Amino acid sequence: MQELQHILDQALQQFAAINDEAELEQVKARYLGKEGSLTALLKGLGKLSAEERPAAGARINQVKQGIETALQQRRDALQQGKLAQKLAAEALDVTLPGRGLGCGGLHPVTRTLERIEQLFHALGFAIASGPEIERDFYNFTALNIPENHPARAMHDTFYIDPQHVLRTHTSPVQIRYMEGHQPPLKIISPGRVYRYDSDATHSPMFHQVEGLWVDEQISFANLKGVVQDFLQRFFERDDLQVRFRPSFFTFTEPSAEMDMSWNGGWLEIGGCGMVHPNVLKHVNIDSEKYLGFAFGLGVERLAMLRYGVSDLRQFYESDLRFLKQFN
Amino acid sequence: MKFSENWLRTWVNPDLSSEELGHVLTMAGLEVEAMEAVAPAFNNVVVAEVLEVVKHPNADRLNVCQVNVGEAQPLTIVCGAANVAVGAKVPCARIGAVLPGNFAIKQAKVRNVESFGMLCSAKELGLAEESQGLWLLPADAPVGKALRDYLELDDRQFTLKLTPNRSDCSSVYGIAREVAALTGSSLKPLEIQTQPVSLTEQLSVNVSEPQACPLYCGRLLRGVNAAATTPDWMVRRLERCGLRAINAVVDITNYVMLELGQPMHAFDLARLSGGITVRRARKGETLPLLNEQTVELDEQVLVIADDAKALALAGIMGGQGSGVERATRDVFLESAFFYPDEMAGKARRFGLATDSSFRFERGVDFAATKQTMERATQLILEICGGQAGAISEVSGVLPMRPAIALRRSRVSRVLGIELDNNRIAALLQRLQFQFTANGDDYRVTPPSFRFDLSIEADLIEELARLHGYDHIPALAPQAALRMLPYSESSRPLPRIQQLLVARDYQEIVSYAFVEPQLERELCGNEHAVALQNPIASNMAVMRSSLIVGLMEALRFNLNRKQPRVRLFETGACFAKADGAYLQTQRLSGIAYGAMQAEQWGSPARIVDFYDVKADVEALFAPQPLRFVAATHPALHPGRSARIECSGQAVGWIGEIHPQWQQQYDISSAAVWFEVDLDILLQANVPRLGEVAKFLPVRRDLALVVDESVSAQTLLDGMRQTAAPYVAEIALFDVYRGKGMEQGKKSLAFRVLLQDTQKTLTESEIEPSIALLVDAMKKHGAQLRM
Repeated sequence: MQELQHILDQALQQFAAINDEAELEQVKARYLGKEGSLTALLKGLGKLSAEERPAAGARINQVKQGIETALQQRRDALQQGKLAQKLAAEALDVTLPGRGLGCGGLHPVTRTLERIEQLFHALGFAIASGPEIERDFYNFTALNIPENHPARAMHDTFYIDPQHVLRTHTSPVQIRYMEGHQPPLKIISPGRVYRYDSDATHSPMFHQVEGLWVDEQISFANLKGVVQDFLQRFFERDDLQVRFRPSFFTFTEPSAEMDMSWNGGWLEIGGCGMVHPNVLKHVNIDSEKYLGFAFGLGVERLAMLRYGVSDLRQFYESDLRFLKQFN
Repeated sequence: MKFSENWLRTWVNPDLSSEELGHVLTMAGLEVEAMEAVAPAFNNVVVAEVLEVVKHPNADRLNVCQVNVGEAQPLTIVCGAANVAVGAKVPCARIGAVLPGNFAIKQAKVRNVESFGMLCSAKELGLAEESQGLWLLPADAPVGKALRDYLELDDRQFTLKLTPNRSDCSSVYGIAREVAALTGSSLKPLEIQTQPVSLTEQLSVNVSEPQACPLYCGRLLRGVNAAATTPDWMVRRLERCGLRAINAVVDITNYVMLELGQPMHAFDLARLSGGITVRRARKGETLPLLNEQTVELDEQVLVIADDAKALALAGIMGGQGSGVERATRDVFLESAFFYPDEMAGKARRFGLATDSSFRFERGVDFAATKQTMERATQLILEICGGQAGAISEVSGVLPMRPAIALRRSRVSRVLGIELDNNRIAALLQRLQFQFTANGDDYRVTPPSFRFDLSIEADLIEELARLHGYDHIPALAPQAALRMLPYSESSRPLPRIQQLLVARDYQEIVSYAFVEPQLERELCGNEHAVALQNPIASNMAVMRSSLIVGLMEALRFNLNRKQPRVRLFETGACFAKADGAYLQTQRLSGIAYGAMQAEQWGSPARIVDFYDVKADVEALFAPQPLRFVAATHPALHPGRSARIECSGQAVGWIGEIHPQWQQQYDISSAAVWFEVDLDILLQANVPRLGEVAKFLPVRRDLALVVDESVSAQTLLDGMRQTAAPYVAEIALFDVYRGKGMEQGKKSLAFRVLLQDTQKTLTESEIEPSIALLVDAMKKHGAQLRM
């Protein structure tokens, strides 16, 4: 009995002192191996009487289990220690910069256009587009601006040939769309437009978004509602107000200039109106049955206000120091 | 349209400040662009008469003056102006006056002589940029009167941005009529008296184009003194409306035009031969104009002529040698109506834009043509003297003003608000529109001075305008809810843009017009779409490719010391095609500098062809592309390719030609690509096929070939064999150098073989591989052992 206790104590003591897995296995053999002390005791059981044998066997097995448990615990501890060491050695400087490509960015005009498109999309507006070299007919005549009409002087037009111009507005897309679709219709047409003009607030090329809604019950009050809703959502300002001022466009009537409240004053933001019956007639839409509104917004203007850009020309200089601020 | 506020207020004087009046006009669609005081603020300046001028005892250049300012005692004032003289009427700033620039006038000793004020130049009063000496006022200027009152300096000049529809507001009376309608204030009635006729003669007037000129009034005036002085009040009003005084008769015709909106012309009778004819010009006929420009005419042009020649471009400008000058004694005065359709574009054709053409193009009140003649006659007789003959009037068919139907229900439907019948009637009355009402239906006859009212919508706009756009609420529309179509067989542009952004490209937007030489040299385009009127010579043609904009942007950024530039743009490119224009949306990018921004973790490497090729392939994935060696004027001839997709050329890729690199000061190769956007926007809706349950077998083939054999050639050759079980062939290594013969390279391909039903055995694999190897022999390929 005492011998068994001694073996157990000795084994536990030895295991605790070992720091190497191979050595641990060697020491294990001294107890549990073929020549091990515990193995020898087990072999000696045969010499005992049948009555003594079970009790003695049970005691030996109990010690054996104790040794095995201790052994496994020591093995685990050694492995844990080794892993911890390995992990410590593998530690990185996590503050070093990541490797690989960075990220570019979208142009502020694209960013603004996407925002505009998303907002109108949510209201069910489809997107339509048209050519930038436009036939005189679509840019002017179909919009109720006959040749030599003084209203043409309001458009500083670039001419390609007598029948073709660089479109001065995105309104011709209205006509093209209405030619191919029957009401009810609801579109916006974003795109580049061209005017013969250049300074800090005018660029010979800029972007417009034209909106058109033709349906049976669409009023001037609705036009005001949609434009106000849009501007409030675009600028994320619920208190933003829209003011309409009478104006003149040949393709709308009544026509209005849109102003929005900004820093205590009013800022001109675009033109709009109810689609002129002559325009509807041009595209064979019954103006008694259908009414429509149309509006045009300057995209750069919106971007300038939203992002604090003061010189329009910066949009077209492709200066990375400017562009990266919108990433 | 510029006008004097004081003049306006002689016709209508609402209880509104200048600013309030400006706001009312702007909110009615007559946008006030500018509102400027005609004189800066100053006070205590009066009309003075110089009574005595004595040399200053202590200063050569100064005089001591005695000045009458309308009080019992004259003032002693020291003055340094050279033009001071006894009897002169000049402005005098009295003690206590504050002049522009906050210049206070105090009693002062000037070299030991007390001075009690200051005699002023126009510049010192802020009324001229430069002055030579004192401002000499007219001899009849009332001594002692405040200068501001005498010259009506408490006035403002308004500038209206008139829209083309509102010709009725191109006169002071017209604006007054509008203000009366807007504010409800009363309008002083026009009281034009018929002038006494004391001459029996009349000049014959013949209108051969009554469709263009349906009303012509002419009148002879004899004994007119054209050299008479134009009254100050008239000069002042002309100036405040932006016109200069010329001579009394011309000033009067201009004044009447500003007052009533009807342009007039005055001929010198002595310089006419025979009667007046309104006719078409003859082809080749020439006319020297008042502005010294000589125009060549044709049958399109309407002229006023005498028996010998054309005298004036009708409604646009008079000619040289027939107008009134200072020596003129006898005058033929014209007041006519020309149809806007006739006038449209005529002035512009000759590069002209006159006060007269501006009004006639937009429409002049034909009901006032004759009245205006009377008004001008009255002023001429008053100012220049003389005698008037009877008016010769030739009239034809004037514009019709048919009644327009107006429905209250339509008003509500268009505007989205209810206007009751009382309100509608009140608004129509204020606008001076004749109308009859039948319940909710109206018949409205527009007045002769409005040329913008012909349909119901025109009237609805007028009602809305007068009611006030501000009183129309902003309402959300009510409509049936329907979802928009959302096609899966197209990719939205933002997704493509985002893909390049994720690959470290920065988007730019550049002008669509470019320099013709760059278009020719970089794009090889000899037939660029040119603008007829470019804004600058380096923006004269439309781009056929986005490369010019990208190269210019690259240069711009390199000049600002950017070490690494990766840009892209999407936009239309233009080309001529049989009289029409092709407009293609393209996507293009350029990459310059290190592949990765300077960093610590991997070897630095300059971006090359294959980096950008991967970007292009990613854009098109999963559609496979082919890259066919081809040359492009902007690109390195050995490092450029045409990009093909499904057998169709869709773009270009390549290194910028070393010659262009040099020209643009680019120190390492920049790689450029451009592809058609339309194809990129197409997508396939996925359709699931079988997923293989068995692992593929891989065999590697290293093939040694001549340098001239392209990888694509070998790939095509192997694919053409249609060897069984081959699921994928891909190149994974290229080797040159040690162990390889000069001029040869080894290309290693990974071949994956696969069957969906079973695991392949060696006896199935071998024949397939043999087929591939065999096919390579005709390209001189040998298996590398």
